[in-house]
Amino acid sequence: MYGFRRHSTYRAAAIAGAFTNTVFGILRAYILIALWEARPGLAGYDVADAITFCFLSQAFIGPMQVFGGGLGLAERVRTGDAAVDLVRPASLQFWSMADDLGRALYLFLMRSIPPTLIGAALFGIVVPAGPLTWLLFAASVVAGVLVSFGVRYLVALSACWILDDRGIQSLSLVLCLFFSGMVVPLNIMPGWLGTVANALPWAAMVQVPADVYLGKTDVAHALGFQLGWAAVLIALGALATRAARRKVVIQGG
Amino acid sequence: MIEVHQAGRSFTISRRTGLLRRERRVVHAVRDLSFTVEAGEFVGYLGPNGAGKSTTIKMLTGILAPTSGHIQVAGLDPTKHRTALARRIGVVFGQRTTLWWDLPLRDSFELIRHLYKVDRVKHRERLDQLTEVLGLGEFMRTPVRQLSLGQRMRGDITAALLHDPAVLVLDEPTIGLDVVSKAAMRGFLRDLNAEQGTTVLLTTHDLGDIERLCRRVMVIDHGRLTFDGTVDALRATAPEESSIEDVVTRLYTAAEK
Amino acid sequence: MVRTYTLLAWTWLRAGAQYPLSMALLTIGTFVVSALDLIAIWIIFEHTGTLGGFTLPEVMFLYGTAMVSFSLADLLFGNVDKLSAHVRAGTFDSMLIRPVSPFVQMAVDRFAVQRLGKLVQAVVVLVIALPQLDVPSSRVWMVPVMVFCGTVIFTAVFTLGGALQFLLTDAPEVANAFTYGGSALTQYPLSVYGTDLVRGVTFVLPLAFVNWQPGLFVLGHEDPFGLPYWLRFAAPLAALLLGAISALAWRAGLRRYRSTGS
Repeated sequence: MYGFRRHSTYRAAAIAGAFTNTVFGILRAYILIALWEARPGLAGYDVADAITFCFLSQAFIGPMQVFGGGLGLAERVRTGDAAVDLVRPASLQFWSMADDLGRALYLFLMRSIPPTLIGAALFGIVVPAGPLTWLLFAASVVAGVLVSFGVRYLVALSACWILDDRGIQSLSLVLCLFFSGMVVPLNIMPGWLGTVANALPWAAMVQVPADVYLGKTDVAHALGFQLGWAAVLIALGALATRAARRKVVIQGG
Repeated sequence: MIEVHQAGRSFTISRRTGLLRRERRVVHAVRDLSFTVEAGEFVGYLGPNGAGKSTTIKMLTGILAPTSGHIQVAGLDPTKHRTALARRIGVVFGQRTTLWWDLPLRDSFELIRHLYKVDRVKHRERLDQLTEVLGLGEFMRTPVRQLSLGQRMRGDITAALLHDPAVLVLDEPTIGLDVVSKAAMRGFLRDLNAEQGTTVLLTTHDLGDIERLCRRVMVIDHGRLTFDGTVDALRATAPEESSIEDVVTRLYTAAEK
Repeated sequence: MVRTYTLLAWTWLRAGAQYPLSMALLTIGTFVVSALDLIAIWIIFEHTGTLGGFTLPEVMFLYGTAMVSFSLADLLFGNVDKLSAHVRAGTFDSMLIRPVSPFVQMAVDRFAVQRLGKLVQAVVVLVIALPQLDVPSSRVWMVPVMVFCGTVIFTAVFTLGGALQFLLTDAPEVANAFTYGGSALTQYPLSVYGTDLVRGVTFVLPLAFVNWQPGLFVLGHEDPFGLPYWLRFAAPLAALLLGAISALAWRAGLRRYRSTGS
């Protein structure tokens, strides 16, 4: 809950973000409409599914922090304050995760719901059939946030070893934008590119939760995929934390 | 050199009081402020936090437009002729640098020469002189972000004086400096005023600055001047043997009542 | 003004050159991020031969001209949309005490060569697209005109975004909707968008004159929205008008500037 309250101080920024997400949602929706009008039924979506995907992907930008960042940790690593965090008895990783979930919940309310509602009003979007789908969708979003946290935590900690982390940040941004489904839906990526994209962790952040919402995927498989990647990334994060702590203890920060 | 005539600055603050209701409130940071500073004076400007000191400085330098009254600095209206005024005054903010964070001091000074269109020979002369007096030599090539506070402040003062301004405005120039740096800074400012005749206006919370530097003191509180006179006259407002701290504390708390 | 800009830009370049590896990586990074938009176009055309009535080379032409304009405006003036950060940090005050226009100081602040990555990418796309289109020489003269007018229009949009931040200091992201939104909009033929949206970007915020209206002339294409033919030559007028409005807005914002604190 602490994370939720901390982030709620940035209300103006969140409203501005929701506005920008809405504008981009509308622009991208038109492009997808043009494509699906030329190719009805492409990738198993109809036009309404494609529009829905478009607004959902904009809605995920906030909670999944698709453009990277969002962790106060990165700044603390850069300034060296993280050395203090690492030697505290409380788990740095667990604390960061709790904070990040609070952030995601806040941004979901502020930045995800408005663009989706406006998209629904302007273009009409698909609404899941029953409460079960809503529940599964919620679970899938949470799992997506965990994967997103896992990736961003590793990127933030990398600054312990790499002096100038801007390169890593921009690499991470490119991978995330492209392989999450933000740029185009992963299911229209041709051939091997599509296969690779669907297997990488970034798919868990946009494509998979959107497909759960649209009912276009086997839910057990989708959630398994997300939680699997979340477990792998968080385990890697734990190893990285331990290595970073050792480094701090030996070198004194 | 500085003329302030019934100047005021108010801000409209809108605060959310309910879900949709907003409350608008007008805050007067400075109201009905009048004073004159003659050429060659060294004036201290005192006041508790939030009294309107920074707002005054910002109005004198053209950063903020006054909402009422008139101001003239070095013969110019700061709001209308901000860039022309910039060539005639030097400004130092103690709380933050006006230098370029990522550039070495040397490059910052070279830039300033171009921005202020200072003649190359004159610039060299002045820079050499300031480098010597302020001891900048050893960190001339260091980027500003790596300088200590004292070094940075010396750099900032140099930057403010390179174009030979007639007026120097300093906002808390000794904040955070150690005893040695503080003494050096005061010595430098006193000489500058005495030898070059530069008019100096400085705000401070450090009463040592006032005692050692200023002949005249102005005190502002709640946006109004509550005292304007010599340091001795300021002392005379309190019983004898009071320290200057006590005198000022009395003045600040008197305004509360 | 130009001299001051060049001087400041040169100083920033030298400061950046102290970290050559970082600078190179960031340039490549910008190149790749902007290439993602192009890859999206490529993937779309994997599934269809035309989009909104335009072929792949035609869309690449529209994309290329818009992105050359956008990246030039971004390279030279894009930084003015960082205004709110400077206001909050108090560094904008420092710009106001210098005898140089704060607009120039804002525009050139941290002048970064990595933004060239985007420009290079756009030029490459344009160079590939143009020969495939067989544009007659009687129409090709419009290309430099539209790139220039487009640069002015995007610069004006960046300036409006900056001016807006004098009011909305806490919400600089609003400006992104217009600057980066404008960039996203002009990457595709406007025929894919709804009629109301196109009317809006023709007559209110004239982004249609960056590449769409003059592009219709270069490509010899019918206007799917049936707007008057003379609009194809109206880009200079639109650039002039929007430029003037943005300059006024910036001045008005500067007058209302409240600084930080009390």
